[in-house]
Amino acid sequence: MDNSLNEKEIQKRVRREAIKRNWLLFRQSTLGMIGICIIFFFFILAILQPILFMTGVWDEGVYHPVVGYEELKVNLLVVECPDEYPTQKYESVGDCPGDGEITQRQIYNPNINPQVGDIHESLLQPSPPSSRHLLGTDSLGRDIFSQIMEGSQVAFILGLMSAIIGVSISTLLGTIAAFYGGRVDAYLMRQSDLVLMLPSLPFLFIVSAFAELKIWHLAVVLGVIGGLGGSVITIKSQALQVKVKPFVDSARITGGSNMKIIFSHILPNVAPLALLFMVFSVTGAIASESTLSFLGLLNIEMSWGIMIYLSQTDGYIFSGMAYWWLILPAGLAVTFLSGGFYLVGRGLDDVFNPRLRKR
Amino acid sequence: MSKTVLKVDKLNMHYETLAGNVSAVRDVSFELKEGQSFGLVGESGCGKTSVAMSLLQLQADNAKISSGSIKLDGDEIVTKSEKELRKIRWKGISIVFQGAMNSWNPVVKIGEQIREAIREHFPNTTKIENTEKIQKLFDIVGLDHSIMERFPHELSGGMKQRAVIALALSCDPKVLIADEPTTALDVVIQDQILKEISKVQELLGLSLIYISHDIAVIAEMTSNMAVMYAGSIVEMGKTSEIFSNPKHAYTKLLLESTPSIVGEKKKLRSLDGEPPSLIGDIKGCTFSPRCPDPSDHCKNQTLEMKLIEVEKDHFVDQCCVKCV
Amino acid sequence: MPKNVIEIKNLEKYFEVNAGFLNRKKSIVKAVDNISFNIPIGESLGLVGQSGCGKTTTARTLCLLDQKTNGEVNYYNTETKEMENIDNLNDSELKKFRSNIQMIFQDPYESLNPRWTIKDIILEPLNIHNIGSLGDREEAVKEILTTVGLTPPENYMPRYPHELSGGQRQRVSIARTLIMKPKFVVCDEPTSMLDVSIRISIMDLMLNLAKDLEVSYLYITHDLAVARYMCNRIAVMFNGKIVEIAETEELLKNPVHPYTKRLISSIPVPDPQYERKEYDLNFDELDEIISNNPDTDMVDIGTDHFVATHDVKDILF
Repeated sequence: MDNSLNEKEIQKRVRREAIKRNWLLFRQSTLGMIGICIIFFFFILAILQPILFMTGVWDEGVYHPVVGYEELKVNLLVVECPDEYPTQKYESVGDCPGDGEITQRQIYNPNINPQVGDIHESLLQPSPPSSRHLLGTDSLGRDIFSQIMEGSQVAFILGLMSAIIGVSISTLLGTIAAFYGGRVDAYLMRQSDLVLMLPSLPFLFIVSAFAELKIWHLAVVLGVIGGLGGSVITIKSQALQVKVKPFVDSARITGGSNMKIIFSHILPNVAPLALLFMVFSVTGAIASESTLSFLGLLNIEMSWGIMIYLSQTDGYIFSGMAYWWLILPAGLAVTFLSGGFYLVGRGLDDVFNPRLRKR
Repeated sequence: MSKTVLKVDKLNMHYETLAGNVSAVRDVSFELKEGQSFGLVGESGCGKTSVAMSLLQLQADNAKISSGSIKLDGDEIVTKSEKELRKIRWKGISIVFQGAMNSWNPVVKIGEQIREAIREHFPNTTKIENTEKIQKLFDIVGLDHSIMERFPHELSGGMKQRAVIALALSCDPKVLIADEPTTALDVVIQDQILKEISKVQELLGLSLIYISHDIAVIAEMTSNMAVMYAGSIVEMGKTSEIFSNPKHAYTKLLLESTPSIVGEKKKLRSLDGEPPSLIGDIKGCTFSPRCPDPSDHCKNQTLEMKLIEVEKDHFVDQCCVKCV
Repeated sequence: MPKNVIEIKNLEKYFEVNAGFLNRKKSIVKAVDNISFNIPIGESLGLVGQSGCGKTTTARTLCLLDQKTNGEVNYYNTETKEMENIDNLNDSELKKFRSNIQMIFQDPYESLNPRWTIKDIILEPLNIHNIGSLGDREEAVKEILTTVGLTPPENYMPRYPHELSGGQRQRVSIARTLIMKPKFVVCDEPTSMLDVSIRISIMDLMLNLAKDLEVSYLYITHDLAVARYMCNRIAVMFNGKIVEIAETEELLKNPVHPYTKRLISSIPVPDPQYERKEYDLNFDELDEIISNNPDTDMVDIGTDHFVATHDVKDILF
């Protein structure tokens, strides 16, 4: 009994030391640390939203990213724009109507007949950032900040799921190709080449024409395409390096079967590289989703890509800085989160690749 | 009394790592005379390659020389700037690294790579003069002149290593350091290379520092030697003297643990345990934990390590002197 | 009851080398070219030669890591107590073979899976061959760790290979190899990558285990001095052929083949006063003689000392 306790203690201590050592190495990489901070920030955003709803801080009716609605109204004075400029109030044509003013012609409601000098109550949508809505609302009165948080959830789920699926496929295929060689290897490499040659975006168009692409479907499709592509080749070369190491020969001489050697010996040693790939493919997945949403091909309720898509269909995308809160938050979110994962990948690279270390 | 060409005095070097400062070279002092061959023997990690790197100031980025002096012909090297050092490297001291045969640029012909080294130090020579010089060097090391026009991958290991020696000699150095030049070479080729090095040394009157873990090679190649353990020199003197009359416990063990093909087959002794960690402050004799027959002062670690002359030109660390 | 632990007759291993445009030209490299030897039970044979001479290939072929091209290999099966051929072994026979013949590798840093604990590494053979109960297996691991000098075993079992020194790792390799109590172990230069001062402790360990467990070694090395320390007989290999095979002391005192003489004359001696006898050899000439006379009949020059004559006794000797 005493001995086994000792053993477990030593094992725990050994594991703790290994984790501590890897963490120290990772900490040395500034890029990796920045990446972790960014990811952590978005993660907080992702879990913040349900918390705010559950604790009642936010009223779901108002703040829900898809069906929330806040009717913000603003009082506008109805004015008549002069034929000639400049006047006392307006310098040029572009200045009429000014802030807080609206012309008769701009009110498209046949039921009201506003006269010049009346106060017209108009819906302020999309509304700029205010104390009630930190990042304003979109053209349907929905809170932008809540939408960013929702998009964060989507990005994490989609990114991680497709990365896991993709890396599992490519690791398995790469290892099998390396281990068996010959025809199996040749076939898998040609398959990989084919997938690499495929232009991914047009392919996704076609897929979206046939299938309704919800989040899970998109994750699987992105995962499979990523998994069958170039990463198979890289993982195969790593697996080949492991395969010729003496401990694999040793396992074979001991009598291990092929399956056992692949799963117990080769795969664990290919795992660090696979982890690296996983982190990098999250980047691609998030970017792909926003592109596809922007093109209107996806059937998702709300994501960052959808936000940009909506701002385009509503015609605000070329409005410059006038409606910045419709475009900038979503765009920056995509950039930062995928960039964050990339930076973490760079940091992990330092940990796994001893030659890159600064000592 | 021949001239002293290289004098190393109380050299201390450490590596700065995440775990702390690792003292790789501790209070190392020795002298190399003109035309002499000096052997530095010890196991991996004992600091002999660190000493070699310090002599050329080629140590790694995180290696720092904390104290000591290296004087080449009376000229202090440790304080020199990079620009001044570049003039000394290869011309004053040159080196044949471990695994140097793999350090050839695979896309440049051998002859061109050697010419590059010569041009660096003798910028005013013509291509013809350089080619002639390389041909003379190839004659000395036993390579055919046509090798100059070949690429590294076309040569065998032995040929590449001979070319490396030619490269090391190309700028007429005063001191040649050979750091395990025959690792990874076959015994027969090693024999040829060792003969070449001896021949070269005699012909050119070079001073040679030969670094190896193989005590048999040191016995054949050197007239004087030093035994290193955990960063310090524990015994130093004439090679024949040390082999016939070893005084330090580590030296004795080293000699008794080397199998040989001549003489009677005898039972060999071996060493237990591992070399000590060189991180942080180290007190007392570093070898005493592994000494098979320690006395009280060894176990109490009261004596600092210091070389004492026990006989003419035979130095031993004072800890073992007290034992005997 | 057979007296040999392994018998090798006319073993050949050829590699096809593709060269030329579109891999049209194929040449054959004879890595192992018609070698034969026996190892009696309880004895060890040293296989000495330069890198590329075929000794590692011989080892791999014997352990069925690579397929041999030709020849006959018979091993001693501890169950049936008979000599059995290694051709056409079915799965269960192959497994039995695997527990009879094992290999210790040269590189202590690459021969243990870096992601496994020491305990798992040594348990693996027992798990694969389903020997004993789980409790028994753990006991066996502890026992063998103590035997190879890694005590207390509980300190080493949960550790990972990178935490141990080269010598300790090699002891783990030895433990893993010998836990199945094989009769024949191929050792591929197990001490050449270790520090000089600890080589002897590993070699002494192997010699003691050989005596206690009645194991025979095929000890592969390029260092004749090490072969002398470990083996009763030594076979010298050159370009895939065995050129001389004799008892250790006999070989060192009376080498006959020119290659053996050249080999012995190149080894440095740890004695500054010793003058080595020089013996030069024109390798190109030797290559030509051997390739022109591929028949490698070994001639017994008395005292159990065999030399390959390449049928040109008068030129060579």
